[in-house]
Amino acid sequence: MAKKRTVRSHNPSLLDLPGIWFGHHLQSVIATLGRLMDTPLPTGMTVAVIAISLALPASLFVITENLRTMAGGWDQTAAISLFLKLDTGDRDAKTVATRLQSWPEIAKVHLITRDQALAEFRALGGFEEALEQLKSNPLPVVLAIYPNAFNSTPERLERLQARLLKQPESDFARMDTLWLKRFQAILDLVQSAVMLLGGLLGLGVLLIVGNTIRLEILNRRIEIEIMELVGATHAFIRRPFLYTGAWYGLLGGITAWLLVSIAVLLLQQPVSRLATLYRSEFDLQGLGLGATGVILGGSILLGLIGSWIAVNRHLEGAEPG
Amino acid sequence: MIRFEHVFKRYPERGEALGDISFEMNPGEMVFLTGHSGAGKSTLLRLIGLLERPSRGQVMVNGRNLATLPRRQIPFHRRQVGMIFQDHRLLPDRSVFENVALPLVVMGLGHKEIGRRVRAALDQVGLLRRERATPVALSGGEQQRVGIARAVVARPPVLLADEPTGNLDPDLSREIFVLFERFHYVGVTLLIATHDLNLVESMRHRTITLDEGRLVNDTGDW
Repeated sequence: MAKKRTVRSHNPSLLDLPGIWFGHHLQSVIATLGRLMDTPLPTGMTVAVIAISLALPASLFVITENLRTMAGGWDQTAAISLFLKLDTGDRDAKTVATRLQSWPEIAKVHLITRDQALAEFRALGGFEEALEQLKSNPLPVVLAIYPNAFNSTPERLERLQARLLKQPESDFARMDTLWLKRFQAILDLVQSAVMLLGGLLGLGVLLIVGNTIRLEILNRRIEIEIMELVGATHAFIRRPFLYTGAWYGLLGGITAWLLVSIAVLLLQQPVSRLATLYRSEFDLQGLGLGATGVILGGSILLGLIGSWIAVNRHLEGAEPG
Repeated sequence: MIRFEHVFKRYPERGEALGDISFEMNPGEMVFLTGHSGAGKSTLLRLIGLLERPSRGQVMVNGRNLATLPRRQIPFHRRQVGMIFQDHRLLPDRSVFENVALPLVVMGLGHKEIGRRVRAALDQVGLLRRERATPVALSGGEQQRVGIARAVVARPPVLLADEPTGNLDPDLSREIFVLFERFHYVGVTLLIATHDLNLVESMRHRTITLDEGRLVNDTGDW
Protein backbone atom coordinates (compact mmCIF):
# COMPACT_ATOMS: atom_id res chain seq x y z
CA MET A 1 0.00 0.00 0.00
CA ALA A 2 2.83 2.31 0.86
CA LYS A 3 4.40 1.59 -2.49
CA LYS A 4 1.22 2.41 -4.33
CA ARG A 5 1.03 5.79 -2.63
CA THR A 6 4.59 6.64 -3.51
CA VAL A 7 4.10 5.85 -7.18
CA ARG A 8 1.05 8.04 -7.40
CA SER A 9 2.59 11.01 -5.63
CA HIS A 10 5.79 10.90 -7.67
CA ASN A 11 3.86 12.32 -10.57
CA PRO A 12 1.74 15.14 -9.20
CA SER A 13 -1.29 15.38 -11.45
CA LEU A 14 -1.47 18.31 -13.81
CA LEU A 15 -4.45 19.57 -11.86
CA ASP A 16 -2.29 19.99 -8.75
CA LEU A 17 0.45 21.92 -10.54
CA PRO A 18 -1.19 25.38 -10.61
CA GLY A 19 -1.84 25.05 -6.89
CA ILE A 20 1.75 24.05 -6.19
CA TRP A 21 3.05 26.82 -8.46
CA PHE A 22 0.84 29.41 -6.76
CA GLY A 23 1.85 28.08 -3.35
CA HIS A 24 5.54 28.47 -4.16
CA HIS A 25 5.05 32.03 -5.33
CA LEU A 26 2.98 32.98 -2.31
CA GLN A 27 5.61 31.44 -0.06
CA SER A 28 8.31 33.39 -1.89
CA VAL A 29 6.35 36.65 -1.58
CA ILE A 30 6.00 36.20 2.18
CA ALA A 31 9.51 34.84 2.71
CA THR A 32 11.16 37.76 0.90
CA LEU A 33 9.18 40.28 2.96
CA GLY A 34 10.19 38.37 6.09
CA ARG A 35 13.85 38.55 5.08
CA LEU A 36 13.58 42.32 4.59
CA MET A 37 11.94 42.72 7.97
CA ASP A 38 14.71 40.69 9.60
CA THR A 39 17.11 43.53 8.83
CA PRO A 40 14.97 46.62 9.49
CA LEU A 41 17.75 49.20 9.47
CA PRO A 42 19.36 48.51 6.07
CA THR A 43 15.92 47.85 4.59
CA GLY A 44 14.59 51.09 6.03
CA MET A 45 17.53 53.04 4.66
CA THR A 46 17.11 51.66 1.15
CA VAL A 47 13.36 52.27 1.31
CA ALA A 48 13.96 55.85 2.50
CA VAL A 49 16.32 56.61 -0.38
CA ILE A 50 13.79 55.22 -2.86
CA ALA A 51 10.98 57.14 -1.17
CA ILE A 52 12.82 60.46 -1.34
CA SER A 53 13.72 59.90 -4.98
CA LEU A 54 10.05 59.30 -5.75
CA ALA A 55 8.63 61.95 -3.43
CA LEU A 56 10.60 64.77 -5.06
CA PRO A 57 9.06 64.54 -8.54
CA ALA A 58 5.70 63.55 -7.02
CA SER A 59 5.52 66.69 -4.88
CA LEU A 60 6.58 68.90 -7.80
CA PHE A 61 3.82 67.25 -9.78
CA VAL A 62 1.33 68.06 -7.02
CA ILE A 63 2.46 71.70 -7.02
CA THR A 64 2.13 72.12 -10.80
CA GLU A 65 -1.22 70.33 -10.84
CA ASN A 66 -2.55 72.67 -8.17
CA LEU A 67 -1.26 75.72 -10.03
CA ARG A 68 -3.00 74.41 -13.12
CA THR A 69 -6.29 73.98 -11.23
CA MET A 70 -5.92 77.47 -9.86
CA ALA A 71 -5.23 78.92 -13.33
CA GLY A 72 -8.14 76.89 -14.69
CA GLY A 73 -10.44 78.69 -12.26
CA TRP A 74 -9.35 82.03 -13.67
CA ASP A 75 -10.05 80.83 -17.16
CA GLN A 76 -13.71 81.67 -16.56
CA THR A 77 -12.91 85.36 -16.82
CA ALA A 78 -13.24 87.09 -20.18
CA ALA A 79 -10.20 87.12 -22.42
CA ILE A 80 -10.67 90.71 -23.55
CA SER A 81 -12.53 93.59 -21.98
CA LEU A 82 -13.59 96.04 -24.66
CA PHE A 83 -14.32 99.50 -23.28
CA LEU A 84 -16.61 101.47 -25.55
CA LYS A 85 -16.39 105.26 -25.95
CA LEU A 86 -18.14 107.14 -23.18
CA ASP A 87 -20.76 108.57 -25.49
CA THR A 88 -21.93 105.14 -26.57
CA GLY A 89 -25.36 104.50 -25.11
CA ASP A 90 -26.68 101.18 -23.90
CA ARG A 91 -28.76 100.69 -27.03
CA ASP A 92 -25.81 101.30 -29.37
CA ALA A 93 -23.73 99.04 -27.22
CA LYS A 94 -26.27 96.28 -27.69
CA THR A 95 -25.96 96.67 -31.47
CA VAL A 96 -22.19 96.44 -31.22
CA ALA A 97 -22.50 93.34 -29.05
CA THR A 98 -24.81 91.68 -31.57
CA ARG A 99 -22.40 92.50 -34.36
CA LEU A 100 -19.42 91.14 -32.51
CA GLN A 101 -21.35 88.04 -31.57
CA SER A 102 -21.51 87.14 -35.24
CA TRP A 103 -17.70 87.05 -35.58
CA PRO A 104 -16.49 83.48 -36.00
CA GLU A 105 -13.65 83.79 -33.48
CA ILE A 106 -15.93 85.01 -30.69
CA ALA A 107 -17.92 82.53 -28.65
CA LYS A 108 -19.78 84.91 -26.40
CA VAL A 109 -20.15 88.62 -25.73
CA HIS A 110 -21.31 89.78 -22.35
CA LEU A 111 -22.61 93.32 -22.09
CA ILE A 112 -22.02 95.29 -18.91
CA THR A 113 -24.08 98.48 -19.02
CA ARG A 114 -22.85 101.67 -17.41
CA ASP A 115 -25.35 101.31 -14.57
CA GLN A 116 -24.32 97.72 -13.93
CA ALA A 117 -20.70 98.77 -13.88
CA LEU A 118 -21.43 101.53 -11.41
CA ALA A 119 -23.37 99.18 -9.17
CA GLU A 120 -20.55 96.65 -9.24
CA PHE A 121 -18.04 99.34 -8.46
CA ARG A 122 -20.10 100.53 -5.54
CA ALA A 123 -20.38 97.02 -4.20
CA LEU A 124 -16.59 96.72 -4.02
CA GLY A 125 -16.73 99.28 -1.27
CA GLY A 126 -14.54 102.18 -0.34
CA PHE A 127 -15.47 104.18 -3.43
CA GLU A 128 -18.95 105.20 -2.42
CA GLU A 129 -17.98 108.66 -1.19
CA ALA A 130 -15.87 109.35 -4.23
CA LEU A 131 -18.72 108.30 -6.49
CA GLU A 132 -21.17 110.54 -4.64
CA GLN A 133 -19.05 113.52 -5.59
CA LEU A 134 -19.44 112.81 -9.28
CA LYS A 135 -22.40 114.22 -11.12
CA SER A 136 -22.49 111.68 -13.91
CA ASN A 137 -21.49 108.05 -14.23
CA PRO A 138 -17.81 108.04 -15.26
CA LEU A 139 -17.82 104.40 -16.31
CA PRO A 140 -18.11 103.33 -19.95
CA VAL A 141 -20.02 100.36 -21.33
CA VAL A 142 -17.84 97.28 -21.26
CA LEU A 143 -18.14 94.28 -23.55
CA ALA A 144 -16.61 91.15 -22.09
CA ILE A 145 -15.37 89.11 -25.02
CA TYR A 146 -15.04 85.32 -24.73
CA PRO A 147 -13.24 83.91 -27.76
CA ASN A 148 -13.69 80.27 -28.72
CA ALA A 149 -11.07 77.78 -27.62
CA PHE A 150 -9.27 77.80 -30.96
CA ASN A 151 -8.68 81.54 -30.77
CA SER A 152 -7.40 81.57 -27.20
CA THR A 153 -3.70 81.43 -27.99
CA PRO A 154 -1.77 84.61 -27.21
CA GLU A 155 -1.08 85.44 -30.89
CA ARG A 156 -4.69 85.01 -31.97
CA LEU A 157 -5.89 87.02 -29.00
CA GLU A 158 -3.59 89.83 -29.98
CA ARG A 159 -4.96 89.79 -33.53
CA LEU A 160 -8.52 89.82 -32.16
CA GLN A 161 -7.65 92.70 -29.89
CA ALA A 162 -6.35 94.72 -32.85
CA ARG A 163 -9.46 93.99 -34.84
CA LEU A 164 -11.74 95.01 -31.97
CA LEU A 165 -9.91 98.31 -31.60
CA LYS A 166 -10.66 99.15 -35.22
CA GLN A 167 -14.37 99.27 -34.42
CA PRO A 168 -15.56 102.93 -34.41
CA GLU A 169 -17.19 102.59 -30.97
CA SER A 170 -14.06 101.14 -29.37
CA ASP A 171 -12.08 103.18 -26.95
CA PHE A 172 -9.77 100.70 -25.31
CA ALA A 173 -9.34 96.91 -25.26
CA ARG A 174 -7.64 95.21 -22.35
CA MET A 175 -6.36 91.69 -22.58
CA ASP A 176 -7.27 90.10 -19.30
CA THR A 177 -6.01 86.61 -19.83
CA LEU A 178 -2.90 86.96 -21.88
CA TRP A 179 -0.70 86.64 -18.84
CA LEU A 180 -2.77 83.62 -17.86
CA LYS A 181 -2.06 81.95 -21.18
CA ARG A 182 1.62 82.64 -20.75
CA PHE A 183 1.46 81.33 -17.23
CA GLN A 184 -0.14 78.13 -18.48
CA ALA A 185 2.54 77.77 -21.13
CA ILE A 186 5.22 78.14 -18.45
CA LEU A 187 3.35 75.62 -16.35
CA ASP A 188 3.41 73.16 -19.25
CA LEU A 189 7.13 73.66 -19.53
CA VAL A 190 7.66 73.18 -15.80
CA GLN A 191 5.55 70.05 -15.85
CA SER A 192 7.62 68.63 -18.71
CA ALA A 193 10.73 69.38 -16.67
CA VAL A 194 9.15 67.61 -13.68
CA MET A 195 8.47 64.57 -15.84
CA LEU A 196 12.05 64.61 -17.03
CA LEU A 197 13.28 64.89 -13.46
CA GLY A 198 10.93 62.07 -12.52
CA GLY A 199 12.46 59.95 -15.27
CA LEU A 200 15.97 60.64 -14.00
CA LEU A 201 15.08 59.91 -10.40
CA GLY A 202 13.23 56.79 -11.56
CA LEU A 203 16.48 55.67 -13.15
CA GLY A 204 18.08 56.40 -9.79
CA VAL A 205 15.57 54.11 -8.07
CA LEU A 206 16.40 51.43 -10.63
CA LEU A 207 20.09 51.72 -9.78
CA ILE A 208 19.47 51.78 -6.02
CA VAL A 209 17.41 48.59 -6.14
CA GLY A 210 19.80 47.01 -8.63
CA ASN A 211 22.79 47.71 -6.41
CA THR A 212 21.04 46.56 -3.24
CA ILE A 213 20.06 43.31 -4.94
CA ARG A 214 23.59 42.92 -6.29
CA LEU A 215 24.98 43.06 -2.74
CA GLU A 216 22.34 40.60 -1.61
CA ILE A 217 23.38 38.25 -4.42
CA LEU A 218 27.03 38.53 -3.37
CA ASN A 219 26.02 37.64 0.19
CA ARG A 220 24.15 34.59 -1.01
CA ARG A 221 26.44 33.61 -3.86
CA ILE A 222 27.33 30.23 -2.33
CA GLU A 223 23.68 29.42 -1.87
CA ILE A 224 23.00 30.35 -5.49
CA GLU A 225 25.92 28.20 -6.64
CA ILE A 226 24.61 25.20 -4.71
CA MET A 227 21.10 25.74 -6.06
CA GLU A 228 22.53 25.72 -9.57
CA LEU A 229 24.40 22.50 -8.78
CA VAL A 230 21.21 20.71 -7.79
CA GLY A 231 19.40 21.84 -10.93
CA ALA A 232 17.62 25.08 -10.06
CA THR A 233 16.49 26.97 -13.15
CA HIS A 234 17.39 30.61 -13.54
CA ALA A 235 13.73 31.48 -13.07
CA PHE A 236 13.75 29.73 -9.70
CA ILE A 237 16.91 31.49 -8.54
CA ARG A 238 15.65 34.82 -9.83
CA ARG A 239 12.26 34.59 -8.16
CA PRO A 240 13.10 35.62 -4.57
CA PHE A 241 15.31 38.47 -5.78
CA LEU A 242 12.56 39.78 -8.05
CA TYR A 243 10.11 39.72 -5.18
CA THR A 244 12.65 41.48 -2.96
CA GLY A 245 13.05 44.18 -5.62
CA ALA A 246 9.29 44.53 -5.93
CA TRP A 247 8.97 44.86 -2.17
CA TYR A 248 11.62 47.59 -2.08
CA GLY A 249 9.73 49.40 -4.83
CA LEU A 250 6.35 49.04 -3.18
CA LEU A 251 7.60 50.06 0.28
CA GLY A 252 9.45 53.03 -1.25
CA GLY A 253 6.36 53.99 -3.22
CA ILE A 254 4.09 53.85 -0.18
CA THR A 255 6.57 55.90 1.87
CA ALA A 256 6.82 58.48 -0.93
CA TRP A 257 3.04 58.67 -1.09
CA LEU A 258 2.88 59.22 2.66
CA LEU A 259 5.55 61.93 2.53
CA VAL A 260 3.70 63.86 -0.17
CA SER A 261 0.32 63.39 1.48
CA ILE A 262 1.61 64.61 4.83
CA ALA A 263 3.16 67.66 3.15
CA VAL A 264 -0.14 68.44 1.41
CA LEU A 265 -2.00 68.06 4.70
CA LEU A 266 0.40 70.43 6.44
CA LEU A 267 0.09 73.05 3.68
CA GLN A 268 -3.70 72.83 3.41
CA GLN A 269 -4.42 75.43 6.11
CA PRO A 270 -1.90 78.10 5.07
CA VAL A 271 -3.01 77.81 1.43
CA SER A 272 -6.68 78.17 2.32
CA ARG A 273 -5.86 81.23 4.42
CA LEU A 274 -3.92 82.74 1.53
CA ALA A 275 -6.80 82.03 -0.86
CA THR A 276 -9.24 83.76 1.50
CA LEU A 277 -7.08 86.86 1.40
CA TYR A 278 -7.50 86.88 -2.37
CA ARG A 279 -11.27 86.49 -2.01
CA SER A 280 -11.26 83.04 -3.54
CA GLU A 281 -11.67 79.55 -2.32
CA PHE A 282 -8.97 77.08 -3.05
CA ASP A 283 -8.40 73.58 -1.75
CA LEU A 284 -4.97 72.10 -2.11
CA GLN A 285 -5.33 68.81 -3.96
CA GLY A 286 -3.16 65.86 -2.96
CA LEU A 287 -2.17 62.91 -5.12
CA GLY A 288 -5.26 61.62 -6.91
CA LEU A 289 -6.13 58.00 -7.46
CA GLY A 290 -4.44 58.03 -10.87
CA ALA A 291 -1.20 59.59 -9.62
CA THR A 292 -1.13 57.20 -6.65
CA GLY A 293 -1.53 54.29 -9.05
CA VAL A 294 1.31 55.59 -11.19
CA ILE A 295 3.62 56.02 -8.17
CA LEU A 296 2.92 52.60 -6.66
CA GLY A 297 2.82 50.74 -9.98
CA GLY A 298 5.87 52.58 -11.25
CA SER A 299 7.89 51.96 -8.09
CA ILE A 300 7.10 48.23 -8.14
CA LEU A 301 8.04 48.09 -11.80
CA LEU A 302 11.32 49.95 -11.17
CA GLY A 303 12.13 47.56 -8.32
CA LEU A 304 11.42 44.55 -10.52
CA ILE A 305 13.49 45.82 -13.43
CA GLY A 306 16.39 46.82 -11.17
CA SER A 307 16.58 43.40 -9.55
CA TRP A 308 16.02 41.63 -12.86
CA ILE A 309 19.08 43.33 -14.32
CA ALA A 310 21.20 42.57 -11.24
CA VAL A 311 20.26 38.87 -11.09
CA ASN A 312 20.66 38.31 -14.81
CA ARG A 313 24.09 39.88 -14.82
CA HIS A 314 25.13 37.50 -12.07
CA LEU A 315 23.57 34.40 -13.61
CA GLU A 316 25.05 35.05 -17.02
CA GLY A 317 28.48 35.47 -15.47
CA ALA A 318 28.13 32.00 -13.91
CA GLU A 319 27.53 30.07 -17.12
CA PRO A 320 29.72 26.98 -17.63
CA GLY A 321 32.81 28.02 -19.59
CA MET B 1 25.36 5.93 -19.85
CA ILE B 2 28.40 8.18 -19.95
CA ARG B 3 30.60 8.41 -23.03
CA PHE B 4 33.64 10.61 -23.65
CA GLU B 5 34.88 10.99 -27.22
CA HIS B 6 38.29 12.60 -27.65
CA VAL B 7 37.60 15.19 -25.01
CA PHE B 8 40.07 18.03 -24.42
CA LYS B 9 39.82 20.73 -21.81
CA ARG B 10 42.15 23.66 -21.89
CA TYR B 11 42.16 26.57 -19.45
CA PRO B 12 43.62 29.85 -20.59
CA GLU B 13 45.56 30.26 -17.36
CA ARG B 14 46.54 26.63 -16.55
CA GLY B 15 46.93 25.08 -19.96
CA GLU B 16 45.66 21.62 -20.80
CA ALA B 17 43.71 19.91 -17.99
CA LEU B 18 42.42 16.99 -20.04
CA GLY B 19 43.81 15.62 -23.30
CA ASP B 20 42.09 13.20 -25.65
CA ILE B 21 39.95 11.36 -23.10
CA SER B 22 37.74 8.59 -24.47
CA PHE B 23 35.85 5.99 -22.44
CA GLU B 24 32.38 4.65 -21.94
CA MET B 25 30.39 3.64 -18.87
CA ASN B 26 27.41 1.30 -19.00
CA PRO B 27 24.24 1.97 -17.05
CA GLY B 28 24.55 0.82 -13.46
CA GLU B 29 28.33 0.62 -13.58
CA MET B 30 30.43 1.71 -10.60
CA VAL B 31 33.75 3.19 -11.64
CA PHE B 32 36.64 4.68 -9.66
CA LEU B 33 38.59 7.56 -11.13
CA THR B 34 42.08 7.77 -9.69
CA GLY B 35 45.21 9.79 -10.19
CA HIS B 36 47.34 12.39 -8.43
CA SER B 37 46.02 15.74 -7.41
CA GLY B 38 45.76 17.87 -10.51
CA ALA B 39 45.53 14.87 -12.84
CA GLY B 40 42.19 16.16 -14.11
CA LYS B 41 39.74 14.05 -12.08
CA SER B 42 37.67 17.02 -10.92
CA THR B 43 37.66 18.56 -14.38
CA LEU B 44 36.35 15.31 -15.84
CA LEU B 45 33.52 15.19 -13.33
CA ARG B 46 32.72 18.87 -13.89
CA LEU B 47 32.29 18.17 -17.60
CA ILE B 48 29.71 15.47 -16.86
CA GLY B 49 27.75 17.78 -14.54
CA LEU B 50 27.99 20.54 -17.13
CA LEU B 51 29.70 22.83 -14.66
CA GLU B 52 32.08 23.30 -17.55
CA ARG B 53 32.13 22.57 -21.25
CA PRO B 54 34.96 20.76 -23.07
CA SER B 55 37.27 22.70 -25.37
CA ARG B 56 37.04 19.91 -27.91
CA GLY B 57 35.37 16.50 -28.19
CA GLN B 58 32.00 15.27 -27.06
CA VAL B 59 30.49 14.16 -23.77
CA MET B 60 27.31 12.07 -23.89
CA VAL B 61 25.26 11.44 -20.77
CA ASN B 62 22.15 9.27 -20.79
CA GLY B 63 21.98 9.50 -24.58
CA ARG B 64 22.23 13.27 -24.62
CA ASN B 65 25.06 15.12 -26.28
CA LEU B 66 26.00 17.81 -23.79
CA ALA B 67 27.64 19.95 -26.49
CA THR B 68 24.30 20.53 -28.18
CA LEU B 69 22.30 20.89 -24.97
CA PRO B 70 20.73 24.36 -24.92
CA ARG B 71 21.53 26.58 -21.99
CA ARG B 72 18.04 26.46 -20.51
CA GLN B 73 18.21 22.66 -20.42
CA ILE B 74 21.28 22.65 -18.15
CA PRO B 75 19.27 22.63 -14.88
CA PHE B 76 17.23 19.67 -16.08
CA HIS B 77 20.43 17.83 -17.00
CA ARG B 78 21.84 18.48 -13.52
CA ARG B 79 18.74 16.95 -11.96
CA GLN B 80 19.79 13.71 -13.70
CA VAL B 81 23.26 13.87 -12.17
CA GLY B 82 23.74 13.83 -8.41
CA MET B 83 27.01 15.44 -7.33
CA ILE B 84 28.99 14.90 -4.13
CA PHE B 85 31.96 17.06 -3.18
CA GLN B 86 34.87 16.73 -0.81
CA ASP B 87 33.81 19.92 0.98
CA HIS B 88 30.15 18.78 1.04
CA ARG B 89 28.84 22.14 -0.24
CA LEU B 90 26.13 22.31 2.39
CA LEU B 91 24.32 25.49 3.40
CA PRO B 92 25.51 26.18 6.96
CA ASP B 93 22.48 28.24 7.96
CA ARG B 94 19.95 25.59 6.95
CA SER B 95 18.99 22.43 8.75
CA VAL B 96 19.97 18.98 7.52
CA PHE B 97 16.42 18.52 6.32
CA GLU B 98 16.42 21.75 4.30
CA ASN B 99 19.79 20.95 2.77
CA VAL B 100 18.67 17.54 1.60
CA ALA B 101 15.33 18.94 0.40
CA LEU B 102 16.96 21.53 -1.89
CA PRO B 103 16.95 19.46 -5.13
CA LEU B 104 13.27 18.65 -4.57
CA VAL B 105 12.39 22.27 -3.76
CA VAL B 106 13.95 23.49 -7.00
CA MET B 107 11.99 20.81 -8.85
CA GLY B 108 8.82 22.34 -7.45
CA LEU B 109 7.54 19.35 -5.50
CA GLY B 110 4.86 19.70 -2.86
CA HIS B 111 5.51 19.73 0.88
CA LYS B 112 4.32 16.23 1.68
CA GLU B 113 6.25 14.65 -1.16
CA ILE B 114 9.42 16.50 -0.14
CA GLY B 115 9.08 15.39 3.48
CA ARG B 116 8.62 11.76 2.48
CA ARG B 117 11.54 11.67 0.06
CA VAL B 118 13.94 13.60 2.30
CA ARG B 119 13.29 11.22 5.20
CA ALA B 120 13.77 8.24 2.90
CA ALA B 121 17.14 9.63 1.77
CA LEU B 122 18.21 10.48 5.34
CA ASP B 123 17.20 6.98 6.38
CA GLN B 124 19.44 5.51 3.67
CA VAL B 125 22.48 7.38 4.99
CA GLY B 126 21.53 6.73 8.63
CA LEU B 127 20.86 10.33 9.63
CA LEU B 128 17.10 10.25 10.08
CA ARG B 129 17.40 11.48 13.65
CA ARG B 130 19.57 14.47 12.81
CA GLU B 131 17.19 16.19 10.37
CA ARG B 132 16.84 19.29 12.53
CA ALA B 133 20.53 19.77 13.21
CA THR B 134 22.56 22.31 11.27
CA PRO B 135 25.56 20.97 9.33
CA VAL B 136 28.03 22.66 11.71
CA ALA B 137 26.75 20.50 14.56
CA LEU B 138 27.65 17.34 12.63
CA SER B 139 30.93 15.45 12.32
CA GLY B 140 32.79 15.37 9.00
CA GLY B 141 31.49 11.92 8.15
CA GLU B 142 27.93 12.92 8.98
CA GLN B 143 28.24 16.07 6.87
CA GLN B 144 29.40 13.97 3.94
CA ARG B 145 26.43 11.67 4.41
CA VAL B 146 24.13 14.68 4.30
CA GLY B 147 25.81 15.62 1.01
CA ILE B 148 25.18 12.10 -0.27
CA ALA B 149 21.55 12.20 0.84
CA ARG B 150 21.13 15.47 -1.06
CA ALA B 151 22.71 13.94 -4.17
CA VAL B 152 20.42 10.90 -4.18
CA VAL B 153 17.17 12.42 -2.90
CA ALA B 154 15.88 13.17 -6.40
CA ARG B 155 16.89 9.63 -7.51
CA PRO B 156 19.19 10.65 -10.35
CA PRO B 157 20.40 7.81 -12.59
CA VAL B 158 23.98 9.11 -12.39
CA LEU B 159 25.96 9.88 -9.24
CA LEU B 160 29.32 11.68 -9.29
CA ALA B 161 31.58 11.97 -6.26
CA ASP B 162 34.70 14.13 -6.13
CA GLU B 163 37.05 12.92 -3.37
CA PRO B 164 34.12 12.12 -1.08
CA THR B 165 36.39 10.70 1.62
CA GLY B 166 39.21 13.20 1.29
CA ASN B 167 38.86 14.43 4.85
CA LEU B 168 37.74 11.22 6.53
CA ASP B 169 39.58 8.54 8.45
CA PRO B 170 39.77 5.02 6.93
CA ASP B 171 36.83 3.54 8.85
CA LEU B 172 34.49 6.39 7.91
CA SER B 173 35.78 6.25 4.35
CA ARG B 174 34.93 2.60 4.09
CA GLU B 175 31.43 3.31 5.44
CA ILE B 176 30.88 5.89 2.71
CA PHE B 177 32.11 3.53 0.01
CA VAL B 178 29.85 0.76 1.25
CA LEU B 179 27.00 3.25 0.97
CA PHE B 180 27.97 3.91 -2.64
CA GLU B 181 27.98 0.20 -3.34
CA ARG B 182 24.42 0.01 -2.12
CA PHE B 183 23.37 2.60 -4.71
CA HIS B 184 25.31 0.59 -7.27
CA TYR B 185 23.27 -2.49 -6.44
CA VAL B 186 20.01 -0.66 -7.12
CA GLY B 187 21.17 0.37 -10.57
CA VAL B 188 22.68 3.83 -10.12
CA THR B 189 25.63 4.65 -12.37
CA LEU B 190 28.49 5.88 -10.16
CA LEU B 191 31.73 7.62 -10.99
CA ILE B 192 33.88 8.25 -7.92
CA ALA B 193 37.08 10.28 -8.05
CA THR B 194 39.46 9.32 -5.24
CA HIS B 195 43.12 8.83 -4.48
CA ASP B 196 42.43 6.36 -1.69
CA LEU B 197 44.10 3.50 -3.55
CA ASN B 198 43.85 0.99 -0.69
CA LEU B 199 40.09 1.31 -0.65
CA VAL B 200 39.83 1.22 -4.42
CA GLU B 201 41.80 -2.00 -4.59
CA SER B 202 39.79 -3.66 -1.86
CA MET B 203 36.46 -2.83 -3.52
CA ARG B 204 37.16 -4.46 -6.90
CA HIS B 205 35.42 -2.17 -9.34
CA ARG B 206 36.47 -0.86 -12.71
CA THR B 207 39.12 1.82 -12.25
CA ILE B 208 40.18 4.55 -14.64
CA THR B 209 43.47 6.30 -13.96
CA LEU B 210 44.42 9.76 -15.13
CA ASP B 211 47.88 11.25 -15.24
CA GLU B 212 48.46 14.87 -16.22
CA GLY B 213 45.18 14.99 -18.07
CA ARG B 214 45.68 11.73 -19.99
CA LEU B 215 43.83 8.48 -19.52
CA VAL B 216 46.72 6.11 -18.68
CA ASN B 217 44.91 3.02 -17.41
CA ASP B 218 41.45 1.48 -17.57
CA THR B 219 41.06 -1.83 -15.80
CA GLY B 220 37.79 -2.57 -17.58
CA ASP B 221 35.08 -4.61 -15.93
CA TRP B 222 35.95 -6.77 -12.99
